[in-house]
Amino acid sequence: MEILVSLTVGALVAIGIWMMLDRGLLRVVLGVVVLGNGVNLAVFSAGRLDGRAAAFVTEAGTPALAANPLPQALVLTAIVIGFALFVFALAVLKRSWELHGRIETDLVTAVAEEPAPDLPPQGDKA
Amino acid sequence: MNTLIVSPLLIPLATLVATLLARRSPRAVTAISLAGALALTAAGLALVGLAAQGQILASQAGGWAAPYGITLVVDRLSAAMVAITGIVGTATIVFAMARDEDPARCRDFHPLVHGLLVGVCGAFITGDVFNLYVWFEVLLVGSFALLVLGGGRRRLSGTVVYVVLNLVATMMFLLAAGMLYGASGSLNMALLAQAFAAGEVPTTAHAAVVLMLTAFSIKAALFPVFGWLPASYHVAWTPVSALFAGLLTKVGVYALIRLVTLFWPDAGVAHEVLLWVACATMLIGVLGAAAQVEVRRILSFHIVSQVGYMILGLAIATPLALAGAVFYLIHHIVVKANLFFIGGIAARLTGSERLAAMGGLYARAPWLALLFAIPALSLAGIPPLSGFWAKFVLVKASLDASAWIAAAVALVTGIFTLLSMSKIWNEAFLKPHPGGAGGGSGGGGSPRSADGLQPALWAVGTLAAMTVAIGLAAGPVMDYAVAAAEQLAAPAAYIDAVVRAGGN
Repeated sequence: MEILVSLTVGALVAIGIWMMLDRGLLRVVLGVVVLGNGVNLAVFSAGRLDGRAAAFVTEAGTPALAANPLPQALVLTAIVIGFALFVFALAVLKRSWELHGRIETDLVTAVAEEPAPDLPPQGDKA
Repeated sequence: MNTLIVSPLLIPLATLVATLLARRSPRAVTAISLAGALALTAAGLALVGLAAQGQILASQAGGWAAPYGITLVVDRLSAAMVAITGIVGTATIVFAMARDEDPARCRDFHPLVHGLLVGVCGAFITGDVFNLYVWFEVLLVGSFALLVLGGGRRRLSGTVVYVVLNLVATMMFLLAAGMLYGASGSLNMALLAQAFAAGEVPTTAHAAVVLMLTAFSIKAALFPVFGWLPASYHVAWTPVSALFAGLLTKVGVYALIRLVTLFWPDAGVAHEVLLWVACATMLIGVLGAAAQVEVRRILSFHIVSQVGYMILGLAIATPLALAGAVFYLIHHIVVKANLFFIGGIAARLTGSERLAAMGGLYARAPWLALLFAIPALSLAGIPPLSGFWAKFVLVKASLDASAWIAAAVALVTGIFTLLSMSKIWNEAFLKPHPGGAGGGSGGGGSPRSADGLQPALWAVGTLAAMTVAIGLAAGPVMDYAVAAAEQLAAPAAYIDAVVRAGGN
């Protein structure tokens, strides 16, 4: 089980990085999502994968077959945060696409490196 | 006692909610926001007052004992960082009251600033690795939205670069936190430090810490992973970029200092690597600045270069060097935010932030020239300003530790910084405005009147006064930094405070 999960994590990270090397920004952002899921899975596997009992600690002690619930809680947090950031990245991408008509990484870098625009003459503030 | 520890989180959070509720009235939003920032400053100063007596305050969230509850710890370094966060936050809000070219018309700016401050303060007082990750995310979300505030092609593009690279860094941090837990079974920094000191952790845990430090290095903009910073800081609205310049990279630096001093208190391989990274960061940053022709881009590269000094102190790891790093951290946040503020005022007065299109400020606004000279000379390390003492201590610590190359690099970087500052001085202040005295015919933007800039000048003047005060009263500040460094160099007290905090 651990080996299977490790291989999946490796594959996800590889796909994520491959996509992040693309010129199209949409693929870059999707690559970040794939990479993020690989990382989440890796964190998840830091608990135990073959937990077959609910992790309720009773006075009798910890159930022997329970997985460690903490990494699961951590991953839940990470998934929620990751989703919010993904939505923000998509919103920024959509706006960029509306402004530029295309979203290639080199174009975005070139625009960010443009010389600072001068302020318009005083008086005609929008 | 417990209320005071959580106040750096509660105050900005409450202010955030209040500013959202009062959204309809910009005047009320600004008033609430300012009050919140002042309260945060007061709470920070109260914490400094307690920490200065040598106490380490620790509290367990929800009353759960150490391995289960999330620990909040305030030692001298954390307290100082919270106080300085409050001060820079206040200055930013006052500066934004000038509402010059305000892209947000006040509506979104204030809630987001306080969201950012929650994240920054949380990162400074948490004693739990995963909680640190959560605070990083909180401040990251706030910073994303602040950076893009106002929109426009250039700002959006800068935000894309910033978002993607910071997301990658954050994922590395998350992966490292998971690996660290898998290898050691704990996420509490104090308990981890205990396990590291006892040699009870497997090699995987060390690997996880290395991965984590790499993630922090991206956040702190160290060589060779600083590329995102100069590619994005110059696109934001002036108060936003000043807030970022003051605080954000320093959260990364703080996290590096905290983890390295806790997990590897004795100098070792990691310190050797950090030393070379620090030297490269100082030098590459300052050389990068030399190639730039816009005020905020020059200053962005100087952030990179200055972060190198703090890491130099961490890498040498003697108590004196750590004291230098702490002093540098305090001094740098004030100076850097102030330089970005002044750059913004200068751009507004001359109509451009390209050096070629600026000029004539010395004749038009000699007060601004004075206000620029104070932080600029302090940044370069001219006595008796605060930067001199910071650099002096670091160079002395390097020489004591026989790190001759590091000391030489630190001094050379200081000279280059001075050159860079004199470039801004010559171009923006001394030379006549290319558009002529009358207005904007000659290429660049057109000069404007200084109307409505009074709040901005108050913010800038107060920060400049702080720089002078830290320089003239370097003794007490340095005493505090030395005491903070002693706490960092001997983590036993920190661990003890956390373990004793227990449940209640």
